[in-house]
Amino acid sequence: MKIREKSAIISQECLCNGIYSMWIETNAAEYASSGQFISLYSNSDARLLPRPISICEIDNTINPGRLRLVYRVAGAGTDEFSHMTAGDRLDILGPLGNGFLAPVTERITPETVALLVGGGIGIPPMLELAKSLQCNVMAVAGYRSDKEMFLTKELEGAGRLIVATDDGSFGTKGTVIDAIRAEQIKADMIFACGPKPMLKGIKDLAEDMGIPAYISMEERMACGVGACLGCVCESTHIDDHSKVNNKRVCVDGPVFNASEVEL
Amino acid sequence: MNTSVSIAGITFKNPVMTASGTFGSGMEYSEFVDLNKLGAVVTKGVSLTPWSGNPTPRVAETYGGMLNAIGLQNPGIDTFIERDLDFLSRYDTRVIVNVCGKTTKEYVGVVERLSDTNADMLEINVSCPNVKEGAIAFGQDPGALADITKEIKKKAKQPVIMKLSPNVTDIALMAKVCEDAGADAVSMINTITGMKIDINRRRFVLANKTGGLSGPAIKPVAVRMVYQAAQAVKIPIIGMGGIASAEDALEFIMAGATAVAVGAANFRDPYTTEKVIEGIGQYMADNKVSDITELIGCVR
Repeated sequence: MKIREKSAIISQECLCNGIYSMWIETNAAEYASSGQFISLYSNSDARLLPRPISICEIDNTINPGRLRLVYRVAGAGTDEFSHMTAGDRLDILGPLGNGFLAPVTERITPETVALLVGGGIGIPPMLELAKSLQCNVMAVAGYRSDKEMFLTKELEGAGRLIVATDDGSFGTKGTVIDAIRAEQIKADMIFACGPKPMLKGIKDLAEDMGIPAYISMEERMACGVGACLGCVCESTHIDDHSKVNNKRVCVDGPVFNASEVEL
Repeated sequence: MNTSVSIAGITFKNPVMTASGTFGSGMEYSEFVDLNKLGAVVTKGVSLTPWSGNPTPRVAETYGGMLNAIGLQNPGIDTFIERDLDFLSRYDTRVIVNVCGKTTKEYVGVVERLSDTNADMLEINVSCPNVKEGAIAFGQDPGALADITKEIKKKAKQPVIMKLSPNVTDIALMAKVCEDAGADAVSMINTITGMKIDINRRRFVLANKTGGLSGPAIKPVAVRMVYQAAQAVKIPIIGMGGIASAEDALEFIMAGATAVAVGAANFRDPYTTEKVIEGIGQYMADNKVSDITELIGCVR
């Protein structure tokens, strides 16, 4: 069920340089799961297209429920959102996409070790996933530096957390892949979201380890509902819907088994 | 109050359609819009075999609009008939199938495959700016446009709409060429070729370098072109380009369009088509217009 409505902003804060956290009250929360995203619409007609933002946390302990969206200001649209405050209204459509657990075919038991890997603005969706998994969770988060770290406390609360920074100012110096290798982490499956080179590294790593990896892909979107074919990614096999080697990130994903997509 | 319009002997319950490529075959949007309320669903372009389209990024937002260079990705006519046309047969709306190809033979091949289907009309895409062969190559040359129109008319069982490109010197001439070659209607405008550059990375935003501009930004150009074509031809015109409201749609109708199509606005609000239909009805009631055909081309 996709909800299109004007949702109310409950709170907004700046987590660190250019990274904002917003809680919204929305009926979409009831239908949301980790790894899905919400389309946010600008109040300006000059900005035609929605901004797809991943869901960081879901709170259905109250009615209507709430969603936490953590996003980076990347242009005029997200800048507009970052200036909104409690009580402001925001047009949304969601939840969209399949979510992290939809493509998982392996059985997850309390003994399963799930490795959650987030890079930069790919970290937020890992929090709701960590909270929702009923198994052993290890998280690896990659940041540029110690000055741009966010959500670390929340992730620590959900399982073991390992941090990597590009400049070595905190945790392992290097990428999340470097941190996983340095810590010699063993896991039964990987969930990852982050920049394409990181996802490529995760795909290769999972192949080496002989375990499945479920990766959340990002692509420029327009409709967000699977109609326009703007946000495709290359699939290893001919896709059943498109009949070519393309899958739609917005509806077939954003989460794919890494073995199904070319990176 | 009459909101129905007629094109080439086919009646549409209202003049509001979807613009090809922005609405798939209606499946995805049927979650939001009651397809039974639409004048017609105009499907995404379909070719003889599956097409992969262009590399990504394929879309980019621009001020009041967007650029796209999808490259006519589609599953091919076999899957389209089996899946998409079958889906649309469940609805009480007209179905207009957008047809694309690299060669005249490919276009004709698709047209022939559609002859025994529930497609009510065919819209021939001779104006997509994002593919290397076919499409716009036919739409920018009057001789080529006349030839392909004639070839398609020879084989088509359904009425034929030629979809025109704005990327020409004189769109009225192109409309006249289609009329003289036997086309039953023309639709306009396809997207306007554009470009966007990322100044921080110093490269093109779209992988295809250029893309087609659509959205509210192009509406005045589209209204002007519909008006010019309406002065040149007697066949009906389906107008499109930046329609996001009933007011926008009425501009096109008054300029000479018998029907209109909503495109990029579907991305901003999936309910746009229904809102445009309701708004046209409201305008007619407020202004005591009993028949929408009174408004077609009423501004001269």
